[in-house]
Parts: sequence; C-alpha cells; structure tokens
Amino acid sequence: MSAGKADTVGLVESASPLSTLVPAPPLLDAESREWLQSLRATDATGQEAIARLHALLLRAARFEVARRRPTLSHLRGDELEDIAIEAADDAVLSVLRRLDDFRGASRFTTWAYKFALLEAAVKLRKRAWQGREVPLEPEGWELFSSAGLEPAAEAAQSELLEALQSAIAQVLTPHQRRVLVALALNGVPIDVLAERLNTNRGALYKTLHDARRKLRKHLQERGLALDTWLEEKQ
Amino acid sequence: MMERPDLKQALGRLLGPATPEVGCEECFDQLDRYVELELTGEDADAAIPGLRAHLTGCPACREEHESLRALVGGEQLL
Repeated sequence: MSAGKADTVGLVESASPLSTLVPAPPLLDAESREWLQSLRATDATGQEAIARLHALLLRAARFEVARRRPTLSHLRGDELEDIAIEAADDAVLSVLRRLDDFRGASRFTTWAYKFALLEAAVKLRKRAWQGREVPLEPEGWELFSSAGLEPAAEAAQSELLEALQSAIAQVLTPHQRRVLVALALNGVPIDVLAERLNTNRGALYKTLHDARRKLRKHLQERGLALDTWLEEKQ
Repeated sequence: MMERPDLKQALGRLLGPATPEVGCEECFDQLDRYVELELTGEDADAAIPGLRAHLTGCPACREEHESLRALVGGEQLL
C-alpha cells in the first residue's frame, strides 16, 4: 500500500460498524493546530513548516531503518540513509496531500509519523526482495510437521494437514491459492507481492482474507473443529 | 504431546484471525489513534474493534504498528 493512493478495502468483514463507534473529532491540541496552520500557510511560514515536517519524518524513517538494520546486512550505510531520505520525501508529499484527513484523533506528529514508517517499511521490504524470485508454489509445509508426536496426535495432525492441502488445491480460486501460498505459507511480504502482481496491499489482503474464510469453512464442514484444535495447542 | 511451536504459528498464518477484522486501509487510518490509546492505558481494542485481529493476520501492518508504538512510546519517555 502506498500511503497516498486510494486503497479500497475498509472493514474486511462487516461485523463492527466502525463509523458509528468513532467519537466526534476532539478539539485539536495546540501543537497540532500550529502544525496545520503553518503547513497551510502560503508564505515563508509554510515553507519553514514543510522543512520542519521533513526533518520530523526523516527522524521517523531513520528510526524504521535502524529497527530493520539487523536484517539488512547486505545494504551499506549510505544506501540505508538514501532509503530513509527517499521515504521522508515521499511521506511529506503524502502528509501534505492528506492534510484535510487529519481530524485530531491523535497528535499531529503521531499521525504524520505513520506515513514515514510506512514508506520506509515498504521500501525496505521491497529492497530486501529485490532480484529474488517470489515463490508462488507451496514451500513451507515442513513447518506443519511435528516430530515425536504420540500416534493419536500424529494421526490427527496428518488428517489436518491432508485436509488443508486438499482444501487449498480444491476450494480456492487460482488467484486465492497463489496469494495465500505466497503470503501465508512462503512468507513473501505483502508489498512485494503487490508490486509483482501489479496490485495493492488492500486488494491482496482482501484476497487473503477471503481465502482464509473459505479454508476455515471447508475444514469445519469436514468436521475439523479448527479453532478448538488450535486452542488445544495453546 | 511433543510438538513444535512452529506448528501453531504456521496454522495461524495460514488461517488468519477467527474474529472479524478491518482491512489494511482502515488499519492505517486508525493506527495513530490506536497507538495513542494503548500508550495512555485506554482500551484501544474496545474503541477500535477489529484492528487487533487485523494486526494478528497482517504481518506488514503488525510491523508498522510495532514501529509507531515504539517511536511514540520512546518519545514519551524522553
């Protein structure tokens, strides 16, 4: 998902009418009000505010880079800094584009930070997968096999595994199968898959959600009380 | 029974949350409010139903939640 693009999935399930639960917007705190007024100014005040915003979001982007650095050992420090700067640049544009969306449900800085964290996270995920093939066929079934089970438990687990594999093969559409396998079985980041399939995070997650619902329903219809089975393993 | 902890996690990733959840866009829109409610000790899950379930089912949104919470929470400690 790009923060500035329309991403059309809201509630995946219509179980909770969020719009009726969100309270009326509170009065803005003084700091947030100052940010909004300054960023909307058309004179030098506005330019100064945009520079402050960039500095704020660059700090957030660097924070995200630092958090992920242990998994990015193949990238040089200057490459990581370039990613942070690019993320801050893009986040400033997103914030300015969506300034009217800010209703004061949080402090302005908290609201703005999420754009920088998102931009940095997406860029870093994509960078980590750059040049790598995205596996769309099942690779992760070994995670489902447990060694040393008692015979009854092993039989139950085998039944579950067979039912799962059968459901994935028979119940899902080819697109749902590809998305589920890549995201949930093979661990492909959703932004990476969205880019490869020329779609967006929201649409992919909706596909994943629908596939998961189908699997659960199918397994329950086969008499596998999956939630109970999972709870029993806790 | 001897079992690998991977198993439950793998099943959880495959089947996702059992409860209703918001989508990625709604999660992004509500994330700042959710984090501030969490950090002030309020019941964020009651205030924004379905967001916690989404964080369980969506690793990318979960990572971004963890980052925002760590960043804002760290600032409050300063």
